Amino acid sequence: MSVKSMPKWADVLLVPLLSLIIAFAISALVILAIGEDPVRAMQLMITGALGSTYGWGYTLYFTTNFLLTGLGVSIAFQAKLFNIGGEGQALIGGLGVALVCLYFPWPHWSLAILAAIAASALAGAAWAAIPAFLQAKRGSHIVITTIMFNFIAASVMNYLLSHVLRPPTSMDPATARFSDNVRLPRLHDILDVVGIEFSRSGPANIMLFVALLACVLGYILMSRTRLGFEIRAFGQSEAGAHYAGISGPKIIMIAMLISGALAGMMAVNSVMGGPQRLVMNAVEGAGFIGIAVALMGRSHPIGIIAPALLFGFLYQGGSELALETSIPREMIVVIQALVIMFTGALDNMVRMPLESLFSMLRRRA
Amino acid sequence: MVATVTNGGAAASAAPAIELRGISKAFGPVQANKDIHIQVQKGTIHGIVGENGAGKSTMMSILYGFYKADSGEILIDGKPTTISDSLDAISAGIGMVFQHFKLVENFSVLENVILGAEGGELLKPSLNKARKLLTRLADEYELNVDPDALVEDLSVGHQQRVEILKALYREANILILDEPTGVLTPAEAGHLFRILRGLKEQGKTIILITHKLREIMDVTDEVSVMRRGEMVATVKTAETSPTQLAELMVGRKVLLDVHKPPAKPGKVVLEARNLKVVDKHGIERLRGIDLDIRAGEILGVAGVSGNGQSALLEVLAGMMPGTGTVSMNGEPLDLSLRHDNARTRREDSIGHVHEDRHRCGLILDFMAWENIAFGYHYAPEYQKNRMLMDNHAIVEDTKGKFERFDVRPPNPMLTAESFSGGNQQKIVLAREIERNPDLLLVGQPTRGVDIGAIEFIHKRLIELRDEGKAILLVSVELDEILSMSDRILVMFDGRIMGERDPEKTNAQELGLLMAGMTGDTA
Amino acid sequence: MDIATIVQILESTLRLATPLLFACLAGIISERAGIFDIGLEGKLLISAFFSAAFAFYTGSAWIGLLVGIASSVVFSLIHGIASITFRGNQLISGVAVNFLASGMTVVVAQSWFHQGGRTPALSGDARFQRIDLPGAEAVRDVPVIGQIYGQILNDHSILVYFGLLCVPMVWYMLYRTRFGLRLRAVGENPEAVDTAGISVVKMRYLAIIIAGVLCGLGGVYLSTSLAAGFVREMSSGRGYIALAAMIFAKWRPWQGLGAVLLFGMLEAIANRFPNLDLGFITLPNQFMTALPYILTVVILAGFVGKAIPPRAGGEPYVKER
Repeated sequence: MSVKSMPKWADVLLVPLLSLIIAFAISALVILAIGEDPVRAMQLMITGALGSTYGWGYTLYFTTNFLLTGLGVSIAFQAKLFNIGGEGQALIGGLGVALVCLYFPWPHWSLAILAAIAASALAGAAWAAIPAFLQAKRGSHIVITTIMFNFIAASVMNYLLSHVLRPPTSMDPATARFSDNVRLPRLHDILDVVGIEFSRSGPANIMLFVALLACVLGYILMSRTRLGFEIRAFGQSEAGAHYAGISGPKIIMIAMLISGALAGMMAVNSVMGGPQRLVMNAVEGAGFIGIAVALMGRSHPIGIIAPALLFGFLYQGGSELALETSIPREMIVVIQALVIMFTGALDNMVRMPLESLFSMLRRRA
Repeated sequence: MVATVTNGGAAASAAPAIELRGISKAFGPVQANKDIHIQVQKGTIHGIVGENGAGKSTMMSILYGFYKADSGEILIDGKPTTISDSLDAISAGIGMVFQHFKLVENFSVLENVILGAEGGELLKPSLNKARKLLTRLADEYELNVDPDALVEDLSVGHQQRVEILKALYREANILILDEPTGVLTPAEAGHLFRILRGLKEQGKTIILITHKLREIMDVTDEVSVMRRGEMVATVKTAETSPTQLAELMVGRKVLLDVHKPPAKPGKVVLEARNLKVVDKHGIERLRGIDLDIRAGEILGVAGVSGNGQSALLEVLAGMMPGTGTVSMNGEPLDLSLRHDNARTRREDSIGHVHEDRHRCGLILDFMAWENIAFGYHYAPEYQKNRMLMDNHAIVEDTKGKFERFDVRPPNPMLTAESFSGGNQQKIVLAREIERNPDLLLVGQPTRGVDIGAIEFIHKRLIELRDEGKAILLVSVELDEILSMSDRILVMFDGRIMGERDPEKTNAQELGLLMAGMTGDTA
Repeated sequence: MDIATIVQILESTLRLATPLLFACLAGIISERAGIFDIGLEGKLLISAFFSAAFAFYTGSAWIGLLVGIASSVVFSLIHGIASITFRGNQLISGVAVNFLASGMTVVVAQSWFHQGGRTPALSGDARFQRIDLPGAEAVRDVPVIGQIYGQILNDHSILVYFGLLCVPMVWYMLYRTRFGLRLRAVGENPEAVDTAGISVVKMRYLAIIIAGVLCGLGGVYLSTSLAAGFVREMSSGRGYIALAAMIFAKWRPWQGLGAVLLFGMLEAIANRFPNLDLGFITLPNQFMTALPYILTVVILAGFVGKAIPPRAGGEPYVKER
């Protein structure tokens, strides 16, 4: 695959954009096929997700989730490690958040959030550590092991929430509510300080900025540090990295731990920032959407911001659609699948004609 | 300019076994084959020489149906023939023995031979029939091989026989061999040529693609030279010489010998005693090597690939673990399995030009400046502070290196993939040499490199030697070893068979050692 | 634990192992040809849905079977086009196929049946009924044979028997036919096949289509035999467990049968003893349901031997220049 046949901007922007358009077109066909109007669906999604600060509050809340899981997948993917376990790592991260919030008396949210970030990152990293170790030392395929750990995490959470963490007075498999001391400031509170009106019930919160900061830090890590250099080199050529004295097992572990930690941190947003308790389905597919986000953003820490926002929009829009039409929420999963397919596996379908187009234009010039 | 020589004598009226007329093929802007005309006479061994990128592989791929020529025609036995896929080539009687064998390693010899020519849906009867035919062919042509042996258990020479048997099984009349002796000892190569001559006597036509001019002189009847996609000349072997062929290949006068001043070896830089290496499959690769390398000398290691030379380079470079004692500048080296040992070696002033620059030496998708930092990315001059690297400094350093090593195009932002083989190798050399290592380990420095760059690389290595550095040079090209080394070690089966002075030995003697024969020397 | 319980568990084992068996054989064929197929899960799911849906509409399990297989083959072709023709990343393609099946089944089920993503329950001819093996009644009281033939092996849906039959069929195809020789060669060294004049692309497509048919049968069995209808996510990881079984079996059909029986037995035990009382500790239900996944990880960790996959597996075939 020679990049010189196509200018860099085309490779980075045009190919994913066209892939996205195709994915959307097919989704529209599916919506038509089940008897709904795709145009109306799009309008509903736009108004539901972007038409009010309430909508934005939810859109940005979901975006925060996807920024973190997407960043996690991206960094692992730069080491050519396909971490499908974000879902499980985020679940266990939620466990970390819940334990920290429930069992420590925090005087102020600013302390609690630091502890929660640390705990969730540690928990998520720990959940990624075993598959990472097995890949590094035993060559066990990380795709299958992380998928298995997703299932195991679900069982673990099920057990803990049903038997251990559930308050005796409640029948729900969920923890008690966190105290108001640890309530994270939402966009409403933050923007209020500068006099901007924002919906009170939109759950987007300070973690949005933490997530964006993580993206910036991720970018600096990958392009400016020795560790980032080593991760990228290993991802490009395992044999070459060995030649250069880069320890493969070390890179696999570090990349996966970072990846798991980021996925785990998502729980600070989705558990502490949102419902303020740990419930059974706390992650709701965010780990998988992180894969779509990473692929669309070409695993670039800054490049994933726009795709994360797009999926945030799709998620909130999808909720609206489910309320107003007969299109179920699972339509988002279909769109997500198509995006993954076209930006990930079928990108040659877009790339190859584009390459011919560019070389044809060049020959005429 | 095409200089054809008519085949004098009674056979002149017979149509050539293969003729190409006006074959051209372009890949995008690159004209790989331009108006090729060639005639290969029946019952001859016809050589084809040319540098890397001259277009030999493309021409052969067209003959075997992998590519369709843009224009021109192919005539087999004087009849125009279309070859649009390998089946057409096989039906036309063309059999190809590739440089990299196309064998299924965990199948038996028999299964490999019948693959694609099974003769029926059920395997058992096909295998039985094939077995009889195979035994007959093997006897007839001295290609003995156990039909039930697994290919992965065979020696390289025997694997090559399987490839030839595949072609003969399909009743090939024209055999094309692509660089067949790269993996053979001189003795095995001799045996191969005996087989080829036997096939020639049976009326088969043989096309031999090689860059080894000595072989051309030994075994071919006619030789065609390709340069930059064109067929430049076809001459009778008896009427030419290696010097003339090299000139035709390159288009200018070429010094086939390297001119080097005598070495002034100094103190011992690297000392190895009883060095053993077992690879991860449990196979012994080095069986107790003792060697010394001195400052200011080039120690050449000759041997057919697969006899432990790669293991020797990799254990010294920290890529493989080993046992025994090795010390560098008096300090013992840690030979255990640590995944970052290659880095400690660099810190101990050992540089490494890896045999396989595509897989290991370079990261093809990284830009050139990133490749210059590759392996030395923690060097203090490449850092901005404790946390961050100074990418700008690396780019500047790259520009300087490109100038000093004449890398073209001198653009640090291009990916390594975009450079030609010779320039890629120069990038690797620039990186390793300018680190000023006391010992430079070099593997196959001129593989896949055009003649102009070969001259530059050889010159630069000799300069390094004259600066007082030690160089361990591993190469499968005997000519390179003979012309570059100050001392030669020959390896066979993981052991050092002997040490020779290049001034006092020759290819035959080295060849015997390479084949594991000690004792009487020529 | 008495004999009756053991017999019941073994009988369940066979029933529960069947979908795994179909998926495992599918994975073996696909991967032997060099195509890594993570999408077994998605194919099971899509086939389970469409077969149940059409079995419901037409009242015939056989029609459901045909449609189910067709849907699985379509998904196979999607994966094939992405991996073979467009030389895309096979892992990503497989993951996408799984998500696609997961989403599509619910979207279409909701649109057709309005029951929250499931089909209505199937009954009568819309299900594959159990059949009695000839002579089973007669030997029922004979010790050992009676139990094995009369109880454990007897009284299963025809798909179970067909699944068992597929094992020697796949074995024969792989090792005794020309097609099988070429298929195995394509997964080890596609260049060897290409230079012999055989189309690598055609062989790989054939392989994934066969895999699609087998997976389709597995999915059909799930919703028309093992259960009575489709519910969302009913494959629950079986496609991945089949992959582990495949690796455990080192890509061989008979060993694959052994591996899936093992997994089937685990599930049977978990069903029979929801909370397994081991005396000093009671294993909660959640642990029993997680057990197959844990075992998969253990297998993959190589604690049961190192497995070497087909050499050219997972890599798109590009002709060298």
